[in-house]
Amino acid sequence: MADNKRIDEPTGTETVGHEWDGIEELNTPLPRWWLWTLYATIVWSVGFLILYPAWPLLTRATEGVLGWTSRGQYEQEMAEQRAVMAPVHAAIDRASLEQLSADPTLRQQAVEGGRAAFRMHCVQCHGSGAAGTPGYPNLNDDDWLWGGSMEQIHFTITHGIRNPDHDETRTSQMPAFGEMLEPGQIGELTAHVRTISGQQPADAAAGRGATLFAANCAACHGPDGRGNRELGAPNLTDPIWLYGGDAASIRTTIANSRNGVMPRWGHRLDAVTIKMLTAYVHSLGGGEANGTGAAAPPARQP
Amino acid sequence: MNEPAAKPKSLYEKRAPVYPKAVDGTFRRIKWAIMIVTLAIYYVTPWLRWDRGPYAPDQAVLVDLAGRRFYMFGIEIWPHEFYYVAGLLIMAGIGLFLVTSSIGRAWCGYACPQTVWTDLFQHVERFIDGDRNAQIRLQKAPWKLGKIARRGAKYAVWLAIAVATGGAWIFYFADAPTLARDFIAGEADPIAYTTVAILTATTFILGGFMREQVCIYMCPWPRIQGAMMDEKTLTVTYKEWRGEPRHRGTKKATLDDIISRGDCIDCNACVAVCPTGIDIRNGPQIGCITCGECIDACDRVMTQIERPRGLIAYDTFENGELDRKKLKSKPVAKALFRPRTILYFSAWAAIGLIMLFGVANRTRLDISAQQDRNPVYVRLSDGQVRNGFTIKLRNMQARPRPVEVSVSGLPGAVLWTADGVREGATTRVTATVEPDALAKLRIFVAAPGGGEERQDIAFSVRALDAEGGEDTTAAIFERPAS
Repeated sequence: MADNKRIDEPTGTETVGHEWDGIEELNTPLPRWWLWTLYATIVWSVGFLILYPAWPLLTRATEGVLGWTSRGQYEQEMAEQRAVMAPVHAAIDRASLEQLSADPTLRQQAVEGGRAAFRMHCVQCHGSGAAGTPGYPNLNDDDWLWGGSMEQIHFTITHGIRNPDHDETRTSQMPAFGEMLEPGQIGELTAHVRTISGQQPADAAAGRGATLFAANCAACHGPDGRGNRELGAPNLTDPIWLYGGDAASIRTTIANSRNGVMPRWGHRLDAVTIKMLTAYVHSLGGGEANGTGAAAPPARQP
Repeated sequence: MNEPAAKPKSLYEKRAPVYPKAVDGTFRRIKWAIMIVTLAIYYVTPWLRWDRGPYAPDQAVLVDLAGRRFYMFGIEIWPHEFYYVAGLLIMAGIGLFLVTSSIGRAWCGYACPQTVWTDLFQHVERFIDGDRNAQIRLQKAPWKLGKIARRGAKYAVWLAIAVATGGAWIFYFADAPTLARDFIAGEADPIAYTTVAILTATTFILGGFMREQVCIYMCPWPRIQGAMMDEKTLTVTYKEWRGEPRHRGTKKATLDDIISRGDCIDCNACVAVCPTGIDIRNGPQIGCITCGECIDACDRVMTQIERPRGLIAYDTFENGELDRKKLKSKPVAKALFRPRTILYFSAWAAIGLIMLFGVANRTRLDISAQQDRNPVYVRLSDGQVRNGFTIKLRNMQARPRPVEVSVSGLPGAVLWTADGVREGATTRVTATVEPDALAKLRIFVAAPGGGEERQDIAFSVRALDAEGGEDTTAAIFERPAS
């Protein structure tokens, strides 16, 4: 009970009056500055409650006299970031594609901006690593349907491919040979294509396919099947296939033709973003020098 | 708290002011020496210079937060080597255990920054207000012009010391001459002014007013002394078996049979000089920081009354027990060199040696390789397969170094940098790494398509300058399943 207060001999201090299993507690006064520190923290917290958002109400909280919000802070940081980036974007806007390739700093800035823009607009079709998937090209390799120089990539992104309501879009028309050739003939063409791409050895069917190829396909794909970039006709001799290089896929391609579509970004993104995307795609490893012509570069000996 | 009378029933009490009297003696002089050395180190170190060449700062001790480097004379620590700082902190901890278990609260009494700055502020106070009795008189005096002038002068000097203390702190984090110039011109970064303001406030309040309240109520160190001190620890001891029963009146003590009187004449010299205001005759306590000033005070008094010195002295509890029974004390060396202290010292020295060895044998050129994960491989139009890698080259020296990166373990491979072209690629790529920097290279490696799906390869970096040096790291080259 609290009534057993006594004076503790060694220290001269009164005890609290309680006893816990024989243990007593000295009633040593606390330093008064602890109390003043507590009062100071109370004053500080009152100030804080007035100046900053504090009291939860039913549908919102009190706003605080300073009007600070974390969302407002974010807007401010974004505005600062935009202000920092404005000169960089202006420099990229002013530069031509050639100048952009030549200046290492500008190119690096464009590549990084393109990397971010790619993640927003392009990964849905081309994949997060730009490696594509059947029907959507792999942008990392050195095989290009429409050319891999800065100018050509820029045109492709700006005008799209087979965009229905755009005049300047890139278009190629491969006929659906299923309506013009017998299934057997398509099989022979398939064999020939697989032969020239090194997937199977030449045989009699492939030989007949070669004749058919010269009559039907060479006009667009070239006499040796090496493709024509002006027409968007792929190089059939390399191991890279947009729709699959196995016999069934090639057969379907020949019979039904393929008409992949890519959006035109010219009216959806600003010029700076498109330049940055161009620089990024060009930097993925397959970018070509300007002035690379209609034909694919000569085959490299593996 | 000295008299056995009932205390008033209040929960809080005002701080009892402490007016330590000036004293001279062995331990006071040791305190002076340590204070001068520690303050000199603190204030002067940021101004020392160390030439590291044109690419690195020339301040001897510098914590470069923006550049993420710590410079200490000839040693430079990168963030990934922070374990050296951790090691130093562990050594500091073990060092404190060593000191405390051998000579008691020597940290508290001589070296702790709170003690040193409070001591400094108390000296300023003594210089301006006078010694203990004058200070007590001034405290009680009415607020007339003289008191206002003295208080103003004292606070002004304290404020100047506090600002200098805060200023010295910021000089550790930036080039001292440059920052000093900018600070005075008002052009320094706001954080510099904020830091100085905060440290000025804390120094002024802690050294001028809080003083022993920090030791008694705020610091955790006094409260774990019990774990580190044992019966063989040397600590400030009042030999109450010699001093009690106290008696006032030296004439009576010298004339009468002295054996029945204790040597303590209750002159309260030990209480008057104590900077924390405790009475050592109550025994070791939280407030006793073992500064030894009471030893000096009592020795002077003992000399004056022609009694042997050492009524208060550094002694061990064990010797105290022996002394009580009038047995011979154990030699001090045996107390200092015992298993516990030897163990602390060995651990402290071992960590120190390991760190020294580590620092001396660090590699100055380092390579690491990270394979692209998306996509892992790219099939090229001529049948070859390409992998992308991010190579990081770490040049830990204060000058640019030309280096060469090559790949091994992959027959027929060529490598080129991402902003280069595949034409003319060879098995090596050269680069120059900036001084004291990490260079990031995007590298493409192309190899024949046929082969294992996962092949172990290695990237090596070799320095092309006279000093040389090389490093290798393992990586994996992947191909599609064939």
